[in-house]
Amino acid sequence: MIDVKPVRNVELSLWQKTYYPELLKGLWVTSQHFFRNLGRHVGRALGMKTEPPMVTILYPEVRRPISPRWRGLHRLMRRPDGAPRCVACMMCETACPDKCIYITAGESPDGRVEKFPLAFEIDLLRCCFCGLCVEACPEDAIRMDTGYLELAGYSREEFYLDREFLLRRGEPTTHPQYPGELDGATVHRVDLVKLAKGH
Amino acid sequence: MWIDLVILLAKIAVVFAGIMTGAFVLTWAERKQSALMADRIGANRCAILGIKLWGLINSLADALKLIFKEDFLPPKGLRVLHAIAPIFAMFPVFVTFAVLPFGPPLQIAGKEIPLQILTLDIGLLYILAFGGMAVYGVMLAGWASNNKYSLLGGMRGSAQMISYEIIIGLSLIGPVMVFGTLDPGRMVVAQNDLLWGWLPKWGIIVQPLAFLLFLPAAMAETKRAPFDLPEGESEIIGFSLEYSGMRWGMFFLGEFAEIVVLGAVMATVFFGGYQVPYLFSGAEAASLPGFHFPWGGYLPLGEWWIVALRVLSFGFKVLCLMWLQMQIRWTFPRFRYDQLMRVSWREMMPLALANIAVTGIVIMLVSR
Repeated sequence: MIDVKPVRNVELSLWQKTYYPELLKGLWVTSQHFFRNLGRHVGRALGMKTEPPMVTILYPEVRRPISPRWRGLHRLMRRPDGAPRCVACMMCETACPDKCIYITAGESPDGRVEKFPLAFEIDLLRCCFCGLCVEACPEDAIRMDTGYLELAGYSREEFYLDREFLLRRGEPTTHPQYPGELDGATVHRVDLVKLAKGH
Repeated sequence: MWIDLVILLAKIAVVFAGIMTGAFVLTWAERKQSALMADRIGANRCAILGIKLWGLINSLADALKLIFKEDFLPPKGLRVLHAIAPIFAMFPVFVTFAVLPFGPPLQIAGKEIPLQILTLDIGLLYILAFGGMAVYGVMLAGWASNNKYSLLGGMRGSAQMISYEIIIGLSLIGPVMVFGTLDPGRMVVAQNDLLWGWLPKWGIIVQPLAFLLFLPAAMAETKRAPFDLPEGESEIIGFSLEYSGMRWGMFFLGEFAEIVVLGAVMATVFFGGYQVPYLFSGAEAASLPGFHFPWGGYLPLGEWWIVALRVLSFGFKVLCLMWLQMQIRWTFPRFRYDQLMRVSWREMMPLALANIAVTGIVIMLVSR
């Protein structure tokens, strides 16, 4: 059985039905704002320190701080030697709900890594900025933390991002991904492995 | 003879400039006032050599844009009617001001010059007649555009304006009965009397209900929110759909000029016109010009000071009433169309008729 909940319209009192008192109440609210802000504007023009007369952020000149979790334009990170961190494992391409990532894998010249992306393309017009690719990546190679939000262009081609474009914003980062990297955490882990093996 | 013509032309120039300036400033005030009410900033980007004048340059930019925009005529529209409809929207508004006194009569070299373009015994009927003509602008615009949506908007507009015209007419009968004249000039003179020796006999004091009926009805005539059903900017398209450039701008200018003129009509009929409370000129107070306070105080003032104060007082009242209309426009949500019609015919009209009946009975009892 569906639970029926009867809803009655609110009965207005005679005072409210005369309409004018309630209208005056509304006018009172907006007039308060008007005169308060007018006073603050005048005060500012006279060089006094007042509360801000508006909540507006003057956008192109003043920018609102972006949360570190905010998802914007993608970028591909690099290894310390400048090579892309991406190992072309296709995890992001698989995770992507919009199917907007296109990776072509190639054999890596670096002996420690099996594959690397010959091409890494993102169709930004299809992207829904869900961030699932970032979560899926085992190498921390793709990030959406550029804080870049003015995504506008004159043609569709401009939104088809290639590997070079994505790598341009990716500074080299170090992570305990494989031995040999001069990183404190890496050395520590290698030491633990050696200890376990009885060295 | 020719000096009369020069005086008349000068008065027309002053009034025309006043209305145009008012309308121009209102396009700016509309944006700035709504911004202040909503804790925003409003138009502030346009600048000439870095001078922004608090956004006033934006209004100039708007005017410039409208003038240079393409003037589009719908291919199957009625060319002549399409062209004259905006004139019908603007003309009645401007000529309405002719019968409103914006200051007391001037005495220059033994000659009395009334600060009123047209001294007309049937002044209020003249206002109502030209108010009725404003409907043609809306109807012609809707009809000549050869567009169903324009036509429907024109129909909504004409139905609304005709309905509220009746309320305007009926609510003005009350003040006419009290002051016993249809001439706005004499009406203003009558409003300087004092009730019981201390209360200025302003229209709003002797006819408060008439004012409460006149204000919304007059706002409905301007076709602005909360009565903007004929053409509601973003939500509902209407009679000015097929208009662009300065022809559309004329509808817009007509609306803003109507705010100025309505402010002036309300000031004249309900707020004592150019009168300042307790201020009497020499002719009115046994050659003792100045403030005669009800508690016996007397502040002498020169005749020219009195004229200046009265003209300023009229301007101030019109300004306040324009502010009120803006405040109302940006505070209340729009009526539904059936509510709009119900409020007019079933709620305001009986009240207006009752007001006339009660006023008549009271006048009869008082005069006995």
